[in-house]
Amino acid sequence: MTTRIVELRRGILKKNDELAAGLRQSYSAAGVLVLNLVSSPGTGKTAFLEWTLRELKARGSRVAALVGDLETDNDARRLAASGAPVRQINTHGICHLDAEMIGKHLDGWEGVALSGLDYLFIENVGNLVCPSSYDLGEKIRVALLSVTEGEDKPLKYPTMFNSADAAVITKIDISEPCGFDRDLALRNINEIRPGIRIFETSAKTGAGMEEWLGYLAEAQKVLG
Amino acid sequence: MHELSIVTSIVETVTESLTAYPGARVLEVRLRVGALASVVPDSLEFCYGIASEGTPLEGSRLVVNVLPVVVHCERCAQDAELDGVQSFRCPRCGELCGEIRQGRELEIESIEIDEMNKVEEIA
Repeated sequence: MTTRIVELRRGILKKNDELAAGLRQSYSAAGVLVLNLVSSPGTGKTAFLEWTLRELKARGSRVAALVGDLETDNDARRLAASGAPVRQINTHGICHLDAEMIGKHLDGWEGVALSGLDYLFIENVGNLVCPSSYDLGEKIRVALLSVTEGEDKPLKYPTMFNSADAAVITKIDISEPCGFDRDLALRNINEIRPGIRIFETSAKTGAGMEEWLGYLAEAQKVLG
Repeated sequence: MHELSIVTSIVETVTESLTAYPGARVLEVRLRVGALASVVPDSLEFCYGIASEGTPLEGSRLVVNVLPVVVHCERCAQDAELDGVQSFRCPRCGELCGEIRQGRELEIESIEIDEMNKVEEIA
């Protein structure tokens, strides 16, 4: 037996990372702000995004969304009610979106060109673990957490919260009946991702949403 | 839960790198996995057996070297290794640290191959 050690030093997700770098370049060239929304199932990503798309559109922004789920196009249909172009990505069992899926769905998207958009939202598969490993070329990764989930979610899923650029607390309209400890939640998020921008929102009452839209507009402006 | 896709990617990458060593059999694959990489070493090993079946990696060992998180503390002006991923505070001064210097790695460090296999096959 002749054995030999071969140094590889290769990123395991190199293929995804390369595709994501290509996407990032095309987003940047098109001047579109791309956000990747990640959370557990049931946090309210879709309701939050519905509100965001509708409001941005009403204020004259050009918006679109890609939405990932294992099965069904229910979320795409909900989001399409905003009037924005929405495309469903069904992963058929895969627990996250990857850069290849995004590239494919952008390519064949009739009537939608990146250069014609100000914002592109990607609603990831509801999962707080796997999507954190897959770069989609986004500028901003947003981790969402609802008041019904427990304040220690950031401590339980540190890899996701640590990789996020912004955090959104959803459903604050029901924080009281849920016994939600706001200070503890904010502290936990900050413990895992020091200094992260946190938005406390309700898609039902619109609370905190103006601040969120202001943040988006600011991030969009600095793109160009 | 995405360990199978990760392992599949490992098998592909290693198989590609074997083109320089035709007929070689893989004995060991060494990974460097950061504590923030969202990967469970046990699940990787479990999936590895399945994904490597029928490839030159079949029967090889998977060695997962887990790297702790290293942050940069601005107050101490030094890097500091963390015990876990429950708090990103400098273990020396308690300052919250946002800058990660190590812990997100997910890479194949090296492979050990048996080249004799090639000779035996030809013979």
